[in-house]
Amino acid sequence: MTNISLEAPEAVRGQPYPGAPDNWKRFFTFSTDHKVIGIQYIVTSFFFFLIGGTLSMIMRGELITPDADLVDRTVYNALFTMHGSIMLFMWTFPVLVGLGNYLVPLMIGARDMAFPRLNAVSFWMVPVVGILMLASFLVPGGPSQSGWWAYPPVSLQNPTGNLLNGQVLWILAVAISGVSSIMGGVNFVTTIFKMRAPGMTWFRTPAFVWSVLGAQLIQLYGLPALTGGAVMLLLDITIGTSFFAPERGGNPILYQHFFWFYSHPAVYVMVLPAFGIFSEVLPVHARKPLFGYRVIAASSILITVVSGAVWVHHMFASATPGWMRILFMVTSMLVAIPSGIKVFGWVATIWGGKIRFTTPMLFALGGISNWLFAGITGIFLASVPIDIHVNNTYFVVGHFHYVLYGAIVMGIYAAIYHWFPKMTGRMYYEGLGKLHFALTYLGTALTFLPMHPAGLMGMPRRVASYDLEFAYWNVLASIGGFLLGLSTLPFILNMVSAWIRGEKVGNNPWRAYGLEWLTSSPPTVENFEETPVVVSGPYGYGRNQPLVGNIPNPGLTQFPESLTQQQTS
Amino acid sequence: MTAERANPSGELRNAQDVEANVRQHQEHDAASNSKFGFIVFLLSESVIFLSFFTGYIVYKTTTLDWYPPGVTGLETRDPFINTLVLVSSSFVIYVAERYLHDKKLWGFRLFLLITMAMGSYFLFGQAVEWRSLPFSYQSGLFGGTFFLLTGFHGLHVLTGILLQTLMLGRSFIPGNYDNGYFGVEATSLFWHFVDVIWIVLYTLIYVWQ
Ligand code: HEM
Ligand SMILES: [Cu+2]
Repeated sequence: MTNISLEAPEAVRGQPYPGAPDNWKRFFTFSTDHKVIGIQYIVTSFFFFLIGGTLSMIMRGELITPDADLVDRTVYNALFTMHGSIMLFMWTFPVLVGLGNYLVPLMIGARDMAFPRLNAVSFWMVPVVGILMLASFLVPGGPSQSGWWAYPPVSLQNPTGNLLNGQVLWILAVAISGVSSIMGGVNFVTTIFKMRAPGMTWFRTPAFVWSVLGAQLIQLYGLPALTGGAVMLLLDITIGTSFFAPERGGNPILYQHFFWFYSHPAVYVMVLPAFGIFSEVLPVHARKPLFGYRVIAASSILITVVSGAVWVHHMFASATPGWMRILFMVTSMLVAIPSGIKVFGWVATIWGGKIRFTTPMLFALGGISNWLFAGITGIFLASVPIDIHVNNTYFVVGHFHYVLYGAIVMGIYAAIYHWFPKMTGRMYYEGLGKLHFALTYLGTALTFLPMHPAGLMGMPRRVASYDLEFAYWNVLASIGGFLLGLSTLPFILNMVSAWIRGEKVGNNPWRAYGLEWLTSSPPTVENFEETPVVVSGPYGYGRNQPLVGNIPNPGLTQFPESLTQQQTS
Repeated sequence: MTAERANPSGELRNAQDVEANVRQHQEHDAASNSKFGFIVFLLSESVIFLSFFTGYIVYKTTTLDWYPPGVTGLETRDPFINTLVLVSSSFVIYVAERYLHDKKLWGFRLFLLITMAMGSYFLFGQAVEWRSLPFSYQSGLFGGTFFLLTGFHGLHVLTGILLQTLMLGRSFIPGNYDNGYFGVEATSLFWHFVDVIWIVLYTLIYVWQ
């Protein structure tokens, strides 16, 4: 382990990893190459995105009329539980881990993650989790019906009397996904701390890497709490302990604390990488340095810390004492500050820039605008009096889908388009990409905006039928939902056809800064022929200074001859 | 961090310099990554215990009938002896590590064996205690948390002993520990961790009655 040679052996140059099949088959092997694993994560999770999306189509189909005519109550409960769980545990978390896996080692000039085998094991647990979740459709009694929160006492009920029921499968799945994520967190944190290329100081590290670091630190401090709570819940269901069972003296509110201590910061596990993506995409396509880069980078860590101290805002309505409500209302509002700083930085970045409206740029701008809107409704929800009013209404559903779909999913799309040429060496089709963006942006607005007025009028969430007065808004939301379903078609078409025969575009088609653009597309097994030695900060647009001292970057025409000069930032 | 140390000014001198920097940088990292990662893992692991401890404190301070009927508290004498054995085994494994450091394999094996014996004694003592208790994990929150905490910790002790067995076995592969012995360091770190957790646990459950 101690003797790592500087050069990849000749034999493996140009191959994805030693002894690998160098065609599509390598994505079905136990590969330890972070790039293969990254793509495995992304593709697997997209498969589950489609499943979660199908479930939401059925829900929106049900909700297009006020009566429960398409599916009955219990089925509807199972639908939103599985939709939420699959979307979070099987799509958003894994796809972001996949992007991080692919990009972080390239961006910091490392040859791989710190623990490549552990990395592969973390990935292969994801399909296991997915199978466990889907298997719950087959056991007697069907999937869990207690929502993705799995609040006791509802989650403790076991009407079938079977030990192997949907709820137990759900908990096992969540626990395994937790183990996989904690191992991933150890891997990411070690990689980012220990494997940055020579010369890459903390403030020369790209904003995306900072945001991944923040997100993974949350996994490490938050997930174990949820895992602890899940173990206690499982014991309550299976062997009859009474931790959370109120009729046997247990304390269900304690479960809520365990759950939200993780699940609030978990929002930032998902949204921080999206922020990181915005911070990478905007400078490239506006040809300007990231404004306030240091502050943006540090605010990722600030968010990591503060978001660990706000979880009780999810429990304002659950008999929380007054002083606690006020305390957590204030801390919740504090998170708005670092988030606001980021938005300010992004706006200043594109201000006066030479903006290219490419598909990734459109998705980034769309995502930021949606995040702004979601942030405003979020402030509403963080203030106790309003929250007590709209708690458990469609206002909340509208708010969090604006975060999840509007900002995070759009950020993910931005990342996939932006780094597609790096991953495949080919360019996606711009026309299809723009169509995809238009459908997604309109679909998001049409689906989730109407949920806000419906919620303010008092429409409760988690219901299969509703009063006639909400019908108008629900019809709109359902049409929007189907539009979103439709929007994935041009995306799939684009990705598949461009990967097979898109135009070959070389190593750095965007003429971007960043170590990942210095290597070939797709990168070879150990990423860089020569370890890059970093000599300046990551967003040098218009500054005419080289990023690394030992590898020329012909894609950047501004300073080909100055590459050998000594510069510091 | 390391990056700064490898290339303090961020400036380039000449090609050999760069080459040497890179080499030193990578070798240094490869040697210490595993240790860093393992410590991060242990920190994360301790949060699980922390959440169980929090639960215990919340339950104990808010429950009216804390002890099940017929139970007044826990016997502390035998668990205290157990505690002494476990805590001192942390020193024994440290001695074992020192022997390995000095390349004295037999000393290493001997003291590792003593550690394993002490750990097993602890587990045995816990099993005896569990059998003698007049309540079960279904006896309200007291019973539930007692068995959850001691059981989860016991699982860790068992894991530690298994790791030690593995390390002992590997010491018989010739040359295995010649260039570094991260496995042993990790095992020993893990053992100290299990120890510290036990001290907190003992204080919470047995001292604070
Ligand atoms: C076509 C897009 C989508 C539609 C039409 C949709 C629709 C819905 C509906 C109707 C509900 C049930 C609300 C209720 O009855 O309380 C729901 C819940 C939920 N959705 Fe979505 N959704 C979509 C995409 C997403 C995405 C992309 C995510 C996450 C990344 C997501 C995460 C959730 C979560 C966490 C819940 C809560 C489940 C629970 O209460 O246990 N959704 N969604
Ligand atoms: Cu929250």
